[in-house]
Amino acid sequence: MWLYALRRIILTIPILFGVTVICFALVQIAPGDPIQNLLSPTASQADAERLRAAYGLDKPLPVQYVIWLGKVLVGDMGMSIANNTPVTGEVLRAFMNTIVIAMIAVVIAFVLSTIFGVAAAYRSGGLVDKAITAVAVFGISVPTFWLGVILVIIFAVNLSWLPATGMGAGGSKGFDYLSWSDFRFAVMPIIALALPPLGIMTRTTRSSLSEILNQDFVQTLRAKGLTETEVMIHAVRNIMPAAVAMLGLQLGYLIGGSVLVETVFTWPGTGYLLNKAILTRDIPLLQGTILVLATAFVLINLVVDLAQSLIDPRIKRS
Amino acid sequence: MTDAVANSLAVAPSQSAPTARVRSYWGGVWQRLRYDYVTLFCIALIILIVLSAVFAPWLAPFDPYKSSMANRLRPIGYKQFLLGTDEQGRDMLSRLLYGGRVSLLMGIVPVILATVIGGLFGVVAGYYGRKVNMGIMRTMDIFFAFPSVLLAVAISGSLGGGITNQMLTLTVVLIPPICRVAETATSQVRNMDFVDAARATGASTTSILFTHVLINVMSPVLVYASTLVSISIILASGLSFLGLGVSPPTADWGLMLSTLRQSIYVQPLVSAIPGVAILVTSIAFNLVSDGLRQAMDVKA
Repeated sequence: MWLYALRRIILTIPILFGVTVICFALVQIAPGDPIQNLLSPTASQADAERLRAAYGLDKPLPVQYVIWLGKVLVGDMGMSIANNTPVTGEVLRAFMNTIVIAMIAVVIAFVLSTIFGVAAAYRSGGLVDKAITAVAVFGISVPTFWLGVILVIIFAVNLSWLPATGMGAGGSKGFDYLSWSDFRFAVMPIIALALPPLGIMTRTTRSSLSEILNQDFVQTLRAKGLTETEVMIHAVRNIMPAAVAMLGLQLGYLIGGSVLVETVFTWPGTGYLLNKAILTRDIPLLQGTILVLATAFVLINLVVDLAQSLIDPRIKRS
Repeated sequence: MTDAVANSLAVAPSQSAPTARVRSYWGGVWQRLRYDYVTLFCIALIILIVLSAVFAPWLAPFDPYKSSMANRLRPIGYKQFLLGTDEQGRDMLSRLLYGGRVSLLMGIVPVILATVIGGLFGVVAGYYGRKVNMGIMRTMDIFFAFPSVLLAVAISGSLGGGITNQMLTLTVVLIPPICRVAETATSQVRNMDFVDAARATGASTTSILFTHVLINVMSPVLVYASTLVSISIILASGLSFLGLGVSPPTADWGLMLSTLRQSIYVQPLVSAIPGVAILVTSIAFNLVSDGLRQAMDVKA
């Protein structure tokens, strides 16, 4: 067990290294010379060279990368061009807003998908199965930003039940997820986020459950005289390790993929930050946000793998 | 007489007998597909969507770029505007037909490019194994460290908007998953007896790759690639929604959705139309790839 965990942790290091390389490369593929943007139109060539040297941009790329990485490791991801504030603080503040709704969404999706998956697999081919499969296909195919717009049309415009955008008057400071007057701002973003993982997880649960139900040991359980509910519990326990792994993976996807949903609802998370960075072409902010999100995704995957090996003893043997 | 022929074939199978009596692989696929009405319906739907995009100039009742301040945000069925008009008074139906061109292009071209490039890398990695495999697959692992939407936004956000950049971004995003599927399939085929037999008879590596490996890797890779079409369409429309796709006057479903978002209080139904187009197209592609997977009996 410990050996597996250690091996898995060590394997994460080169991946994280690769992530930093890609994030560094993002600035390099961005068109335009960053120095030209800082200079006044009348500046001479010598001025440009001096400024270039001052920012360390005259050094070869590998050297620039090492300098950049050194700064990132101590938490310095540069300054946002638009606001002239440190990127690190801005990203971390936004990250909290994203991870909370992503976690709520993924847990809802997990619970519902387990129920749906069991119901569909229990009478596979029946009407319930068909209805649930339709919901799942819808969840997989729907563009989340459109779903967001539809939710706004229904619940904010037509019914006026929920606020359309933002986090309320208080903003993210002092936002209380436990009080309804604050939480209602989060309801629609959570629904829009939860639907795609709900679709994916329902499909997976359904197909792996019906595979299990076709195995011989299920016949034995029935022959032994267990009720259908007890048989189902056995089957569900069998797919849990895979389902938990799926849960973690989907959480990671939501954290990275929330950019569209957050844009629709102007929810001040990392996704909204990314959108802002794109609109203002604020490359340091873009780079910092991507770096934090990708690192979070890698770490979530690591935790999921470790948790899975705890639940399922078969894993560490392979 | 016919019995005699049948008997003679059954008793002494000649060289031509198997091809005459046993269904080919694709014949079997078709046999399974022809009773799968959902898939057939979706294939027909996709053909319809593609045709309407291709023939948009002939089908569109109006010029998709001609705006009219007098007819802004008209409801569905207003006078001659079947689907209403957008925020600049342009005919929605015409823009939807033209928009399909960009959106379908974005769904299909990156998938084809990524299948060729990713498939090639995957087959090479799977066939040669060892260091080549390590080199290719570990590089792909780094891209797997990014959720696909994030990777798309990262690359597209740095490169900037525009149709070429969008296509480039989507291709890069789709290469790693295809590469992984191709690699898995290849390393399974590589150790099969018939590949060993081919090697023993002195077949060259190239001929083994093309005549034996590629054929067997093809169906899992193609089925997988077909699932990516809807993902690509959704990703592309998402990028356009963020302003990273085609530039404004051009019609594109994602961009239309984004500009009409300001008008949901005035014309909620009209604002929702581009999204319906994306949804229907993406559902159709998803169901077709499900059907293909079942008909081709691929587990992936």
